[in-house]
Amino acid sequence: MNIEALQIFWPFSIFVIMLFVIGIYYVLATYNLIRALLGLEIMIKAITLLLIVAGYVSGHVALAQSLVITLIVIEVVAITVSVGIVLGIHSHTNSLDTRNLLEKTHEG
Amino acid sequence: MILNIFILILLVIAALWMVMTRSLLRSAIGLALVSLVLTIIMFRLSSPLAAVFELSVCAGLIPVLFISTISLTYPLSKQEMMEHFKARLRRFWYLPVLVVIVGVILSLLKIKPDITLPLPESAKDVRDVLWNLRPIYLIGQIIVLLAGAFGVVILFKDSKKDEH
Repeated sequence: MNIEALQIFWPFSIFVIMLFVIGIYYVLATYNLIRALLGLEIMIKAITLLLIVAGYVSGHVALAQSLVITLIVIEVVAITVSVGIVLGIHSHTNSLDTRNLLEKTHEG
Repeated sequence: MILNIFILILLVIAALWMVMTRSLLRSAIGLALVSLVLTIIMFRLSSPLAAVFELSVCAGLIPVLFISTISLTYPLSKQEMMEHFKARLRRFWYLPVLVVIVGVILSLLKIKPDITLPLPESAKDVRDVLWNLRPIYLIGQIIVLLAGAFGVVILFKDSKKDEH
């Protein structure tokens, strides 16, 4: 394995961490359910980037790619089901605000 | 390397724009933009097949899913949107500062990871890895897809019951 590839690992990791921080902040600070899902997506993007960089650095590009493809399939299924749940919540409470959701739960 | 850093900065800026923007629709489009920049990085890191998947699924399908969800839920009026935006801005203006601080601190640390690298892989082709070396990934994908299909079916079933 060449040293050059190893040297790019830390700069890429910094950006992975920054992307992950954006995702976590978005999920924590928003009250909208769709925005929370978008935050989750950002975190998944950070992990995808980390996997690709790790594969490139270690020389296991094919293995990293197969992992990323699996991750993308899982991501799509998770988002589809989550979007269905969000639509169900909207049809019941007529709102996407998590604060309203908590109020309705306490009432119910 | 400088080009890589430039593309990575673009990635973070796209993610920040997606988070800070006022309308939900623009956020969904911002997600497609983030995926697009990530695709370029994947191509540059010699992972073309994963990049194609990312481009077609994450930059194509998922934003469409989000946009259709946004159109199915009620749209806010302009006044409500402005009020929401002001409230959101109060919560979110820390974020760019936080991201820049995290980036600066991490780049000042200058950690040199001492990684013991594994042996070079025997299979260089993704198809070979997926079909011959790790077929369990494919089985897992099929199970996850089936679980998702069942999940969606159950969600629709519930909504039909509620109508009656």
